[in-house]
Amino acid sequence: MADRIATVVMWGVALLITSTFAWIVGDLLVQGLPHISWDFLSSSPADAGRAGGILPILVSTLLILAVCMAVAIPLGVGTAVLLSEFGRRNQIFGRLVRYSLDVLAGVPSIVFGLFGNAFFSLYLGMGFSILSGGLTLACMVLPLLIRSTETGLRAVPDDYRRAAAALGLSVFTTLWRILLPAATPGLIAGLVLGIGRALAETAALLFTSGYVDRMPGSLLDSGRSLSIHIYDLAMNVPGGESNAYASAVVLIVLLLIINALTFRAADRWLQQRITPV
Amino acid sequence: MSRSRTDVPLLWTLRAVAALAGAITLLIVAFLILEAWPALQSPGIAHFLTDSSWFPASTAPQFNLLPMVVGTLVATLGAMLLATPLGVAAALFSRFYAPPVVATWFRRLLELLAGIPSVVYGFWGLVVLTPLIRQWAPPGQSLLAAILILSLMILPTIALLSETALRSIPRAYLQGAASLGLSRWATVIGVALPAARTGIASSILLAAGRAIGETMAVLMVAGNIVQVPDSLFAPVRTLTANIALELGYALEGHRAALFVSGLILLVLILLLVSLSRWIMREELNVTAGIEPYNEEARAPHG
Amino acid sequence: MNHTLIKYLAISCLLLLLTACSNDSQESVDPRAITGQLTLTGSSTIAPLIGEMAKRFEQTHPDTRVDVQTGGSSRGVADARRGTADIGMVSRALNEEEGDLTAYPIALDGVAMILHRDNPLTVLSAEQIIAIYTGKVTHWNEIGGADAPITVVNKAEGRSTLELFLSYFQLRNEDIKPSIIIGDNQQGIRTVAADPNAIGYVSIGTAAYEASRGTAIKALPMEGVEATLENVRNGAFPLSRPLHLVTLGTAEQIPALARTFIEYAASAEVSDLTEAQYFVPLTH
Repeated sequence: MADRIATVVMWGVALLITSTFAWIVGDLLVQGLPHISWDFLSSSPADAGRAGGILPILVSTLLILAVCMAVAIPLGVGTAVLLSEFGRRNQIFGRLVRYSLDVLAGVPSIVFGLFGNAFFSLYLGMGFSILSGGLTLACMVLPLLIRSTETGLRAVPDDYRRAAAALGLSVFTTLWRILLPAATPGLIAGLVLGIGRALAETAALLFTSGYVDRMPGSLLDSGRSLSIHIYDLAMNVPGGESNAYASAVVLIVLLLIINALTFRAADRWLQQRITPV
Repeated sequence: MSRSRTDVPLLWTLRAVAALAGAITLLIVAFLILEAWPALQSPGIAHFLTDSSWFPASTAPQFNLLPMVVGTLVATLGAMLLATPLGVAAALFSRFYAPPVVATWFRRLLELLAGIPSVVYGFWGLVVLTPLIRQWAPPGQSLLAAILILSLMILPTIALLSETALRSIPRAYLQGAASLGLSRWATVIGVALPAARTGIASSILLAAGRAIGETMAVLMVAGNIVQVPDSLFAPVRTLTANIALELGYALEGHRAALFVSGLILLVLILLLVSLSRWIMREELNVTAGIEPYNEEARAPHG
Repeated sequence: MNHTLIKYLAISCLLLLLTACSNDSQESVDPRAITGQLTLTGSSTIAPLIGEMAKRFEQTHPDTRVDVQTGGSSRGVADARRGTADIGMVSRALNEEEGDLTAYPIALDGVAMILHRDNPLTVLSAEQIIAIYTGKVTHWNEIGGADAPITVVNKAEGRSTLELFLSYFQLRNEDIKPSIIIGDNQQGIRTVAADPNAIGYVSIGTAAYEASRGTAIKALPMEGVEATLENVRNGAFPLSRPLHLVTLGTAEQIPALARTFIEYAASAEVSDLTEAQYFVPLTH
């Protein structure tokens, strides 16, 4: 009996979530799709974004994301490995790092933005640039990446570790060949969340990568991200809504593509390694 | 159990990386204190708790932040109460109840939702949700709207990370449950949830952080009146909305006062983290590892 | 296929990094000898307008680059002072403590009171507006409207439209009893359009534009003067504000490029852009 009720409740919840989100995404599609064309994707914005397209903004968005992930992935995975695999010997240190990461997860994005502006843009002299925007985002998604990678590592049965030790594998080999591949689902979940968060971020980028909607010439140029474009069109540009909706649809499609690529890359990586299971 | 020569540098590299990650928070805290310093000296911290209201830019400025502390806590708590059961249920659905194809699509959907910008959620809330609430109880922009929007935004985090935790339960546990003839629900309650509780708890903690820190969407639906809300339908202002609303136009003393909002927010988070630490203290001590000194951690956890 | 794509991406990233480094070294030789790079930061109201002007300026002055950032008027002031920006954008008049800066008006903007389109009232007197905003009148039927509570929409502290509103009606922010506080202009329009009982105030050009394309709002006349850009232009509309560019030091002290751009932004050459962004160009 309880089993049947539970089943009904589970399906109910899934349906509720799906329909709410279908509502939001449907709203976006209805309002945004009619304005999307090849021209929209391949030209520069005009008339403060009401007319024209989003090509430079797409490029800036991808560059910001690339910088963010290039920094956040090694930092995140490294920290997660230390916390979960070497936690015993570094208990106090590990506890401090965890504490600070948990706090970091709750820092509001606007504070990240102001911090990034003060630290990366001014103190380190990067100015308003894709580089400082990407680095600020990296700080932001780090707790997500670390937490989920840790969850993944924790789930690897200790038998694997014992077997590796019995074979006399070095710690590095154990990590690279056995533990990390086995922890990939956790890492992927964190990556996907982190990518989503980075693509969706507005406030942290307003003060770091900035507002310039020109095609970036280098990582030291200011570049407007899609989310900032959406924000500006929706909040500051009268008559900007239709292109704001269209940009939001593009953002979602972009997210779908990047997520799919992430899964493929992970699959490839897994196949190249000895993976039990 | 030999330790190869690459291990020591590896360990130090990892330590350095972790130290760097941990140092970011310190940098941010230092930055906030630096910016808030003028306001902490004059008018001084007491004013932020005892003044009669929040008018930081007036000729006789007042700096009471307490209603916003309450607003932040209530909105976060409400969102957690709503999103946690839904998120965990969504994770269970995708792991144990949905046919594989449905589960995959459901996960894709959740991943998408994690990537919708907060301004889009806020816009939707402003145009669709608050008018609906207004028909019940004006003005519509309210604590309730903030809670609903926040729940939507953190649900994917809870669901996806909990699902990961559920997926990484050793297969043997579930096979054991099956061989005992446990029903699906009994397996979920008796085996899966307990085995995945650390992962689920950390997903909830991360989501709480997101809810506390969320800015743009809340700003657009919460009404932003500085008051202790007397009902779900009353408008509230959160600490983050306070910063985002006023910072672009704030001058010296006012600006510093807004950074005090940021500092208080960090203190709140610190308290919440400590609290959750204390609640989950047993879990956190069970750490497996590949380092050769942890014989005692060999018992399967859970 | 995938591999070549990844390689291509990796190479292009590397190239970007390299060009970034070379750029950097050029700039660090002599930061003052800017061969035509200008950074503006500040008011989110002005940023879209200046962005458009900057694009046209770059076309007519091929060796220049004008970067426009946003973030609010006080950021414009702070960045101009600190030298982070060559020019700040400020949507209000400078106050006494900002005497070190020089302000150059480039356009005018008006502020209009707005109601929901379905509100039967078409005129409100200054006294009625004050009574509504100070909480002395809380229901529309008290002043001849529908039997419904009034949703009073106010702007967040420090916003220049709030300051203009307060000084025109001689109110203090402490006296106002708002039901909702909002930030950006469009949020105000959305909020009032979604609530038949709301009253708010927004930038005049956007109000007229939104009403003309069917958004459910209407702008109220002030002192019998219709809320139109035309009436802001001829000075008849009482609630208007200048939009400013500001620099540290006077016009003589700043680099030629900044001076040229400021003159350009206030010139008749760009008045079509100003109008296209629903502001009023200065008369020449």
